[in-house]
Amino acid sequence: MSIVHAHTVLIVAAILFVLGLAGVLTRKNIIFMLLSIEIMLNAAGLAFVAAGSRWQQPDGQVMYLFILAMAAAEVSVALALVLQIQHQHKTLDVEELKELKD
Amino acid sequence: MSLVFYISSFIAILSTIMVITRYQPIHALLYLVVSFLALAVTFLSLGAPFAAALQVIVYAGAIVVLFIFVVMMLNLGKQTAQQEKEWLQLRAWLGPSILSLVLLAEMAVLLLQDAPEAMPATVVTPKQVSLSLYGEYIIAVELVGFLLMTGIVGAAHIGKHKKKSLHRFLQTYPNLN
Repeated sequence: MSIVHAHTVLIVAAILFVLGLAGVLTRKNIIFMLLSIEIMLNAAGLAFVAAGSRWQQPDGQVMYLFILAMAAAEVSVALALVLQIQHQHKTLDVEELKELKD
Repeated sequence: MSLVFYISSFIAILSTIMVITRYQPIHALLYLVVSFLALAVTFLSLGAPFAAALQVIVYAGAIVVLFIFVVMMLNLGKQTAQQEKEWLQLRAWLGPSILSLVLLAEMAVLLLQDAPEAMPATVVTPKQVSLSLYGEYIIAVELVGFLLMTGIVGAAHIGKHKKKSLHRFLQTYPNLN
C-alpha cells in the first residue's frame, strides 16, 4: 500500500475550494451560490482536518466543528433570506436585487 | 487506507463538478449529498472518525435537508432550469473559471515546492477531541453557542411573513379582509 502525502490532501482541498469559488463567480441563481459557499466551507474544513491529522493533534477537528456550527447558522439565515427574496421580488436572480432600499 | 482516500476524493471532486454545472437545483442538491458523503469517507481515511460522523450527520443530514425543503417551498419548476440554461453560457463561465484555475495552479506550485511528507496512519480519537474542545477551547464553544442563538433568532425574524395592515379607509377592497 502506498502512502498518502500531506500535499495530496491539501491539493484536493484546494481543488474543492476553487470549484466552489468558480460556482460563486459563475452562477446567477442565489441557491446555487449558497451551495458553492457550502462547498468552499467544506474544503476549508478538509484542510483543517488534514492538518490536525498530520500533527496528530485534535485542534484540527475542533476547528472543523466550529466551521460546521458557523455553516449551520449561516445557512439557516441565508435560506430565510432566500424565502423572503422570492416572496417579495418573485425571482432568485442576484442581478435583480441591486436595490437595498425597503 | 490510501486507496480509500484516493477513490473518495476523486468522487468528491467529480460530484462537486456536477453540483456547479447542473441546471435543476434538486439535482445539484443530490450531487451535493454525494460530495459530502465522499468527503466523510475522506475524513475517515485521514484518521478523523468524529469529523466523518459529524459530516454525515450535520452536513449531509441537516444542512442539505434544509436546502431541499427550501427548494420544495420555492416550487422551482421547468422554467427555472430553462433560465439556468440561458444564464450558463460559455462566455459567462469561461472567464471566472480560467482565473480560478490560475489561482489553483499557483497554489499547487506553492504546495509542491517542499519535499513531500507522509501523513501518519494514526487516529485522533473523539476522546482527545472532546478533551481539547471542553478544555482549552471552552470560550470558543460558548461563543459558538451565541452564534447559533443569533442564527435561530435571525432566521425566525427574517423568515416571518409580515402582514401588511392598512387603515380601513385606505383599503381598496375592505370587504375582502
